Amino acid sequence: MSTISPTTQAVSDSALDKPRTGTWDGGNEPFNASYGKLMMWFFLLSDAFTFAAFLTTYGLIRHRYMAYSGSPEAFTFSTKYWPIPEKVFNAFPGLHGVDLPLAFVALMTMILIFSSVTMVLAVEAGHRFDKKDVQKWLLWTILFGTVFVSCQAWEWSHFIGGTDEGTLMNDGTRFYGANLAVNQYGPVLFADLFFFITGFHGTHVFSGICLLIYCFIATTNGTFEKRGHYEMVEKIGLYWHFVDLVWVFVFTFFYLV
Amino acid sequence: MAHHTSQPLHAGEIQKPNTGWIWKTFWIITGITALEFVIAFLMPSSTARNSIFIILTIFKAFFIVANFMHLKDETKGLIWTIMIPMSLLIWLLVALITEGNAIHNAIF
Repeated sequence: MSTISPTTQAVSDSALDKPRTGTWDGGNEPFNASYGKLMMWFFLLSDAFTFAAFLTTYGLIRHRYMAYSGSPEAFTFSTKYWPIPEKVFNAFPGLHGVDLPLAFVALMTMILIFSSVTMVLAVEAGHRFDKKDVQKWLLWTILFGTVFVSCQAWEWSHFIGGTDEGTLMNDGTRFYGANLAVNQYGPVLFADLFFFITGFHGTHVFSGICLLIYCFIATTNGTFEKRGHYEMVEKIGLYWHFVDLVWVFVFTFFYLV
Repeated sequence: MAHHTSQPLHAGEIQKPNTGWIWKTFWIITGITALEFVIAFLMPSSTARNSIFIILTIFKAFFIVANFMHLKDETKGLIWTIMIPMSLLIWLLVALITEGNAIHNAIF
């Protein structure tokens, strides 16, 4: 230490006072995006690969099985062919026995899209430093997100519980509902993919809600206000929109196609 | 923007919200979803119908990513960094569905 001259010491001391701004010194912002936002984008890209792997696997397995070729009216569940989604997902809470194809999943989709809108409104309020509006829209987003997860819980419990009639299996027994090893709707992998894809998405929605609750508490405490920007709301917003985006694809590939 | 006060920032000078574009995007996405729903019941299942679904889904994805996630306001470099790997996934989808058909043909 004795070799350092007093002059050098003085220079390094003052250099510590302020952030370094050189291009190769951490002062450069690649793509003019902050570190946090850029890393969120890269994380979402990697997450998109995971979901794409799930959905392409669904595509592969679905094409590997026989497609149902008869008329939709004459459709019955069978392990011989892949079920058509509007015959599997046709129940609605409170309307037992009524055939409402895809109605509930369409409602869920709209709830999640609407939560995306309230999220973007929260981000917009953050740009204006409107703390009350940020709180309001974050609460709406948390509410819609929670409603979505609750809808999914109902959908799962109905899927697992099965229909009143069940399906006559090859061994002569009647099976109701679904688990990972056997299901009444079609090939085993149909239920497996349902559980894995919607389950993985539901887990994402759940972690999104946790992040939003953190965001709401931090906004209420004035953390972002003191920090001088609401970038955390933007970053969590990116994640939330991504979850909505994934659902748009799950809706198409699992429920429509 | 390095204010370190406990007072609310910009008190009394909060700008009016500018949310027209958000609602416009929302109605576009809602419209496309409604259209998909109608097609699901009016058209018999076919490759053409599936193609329509996938194209409409990509439209929806475009509006969500460009407007809600503000990707269109980012630099070109960031846009390409996200879009090029994503476009490779289209290849993955086509490749694995072809593979699925091959397995199908081998079994049945």
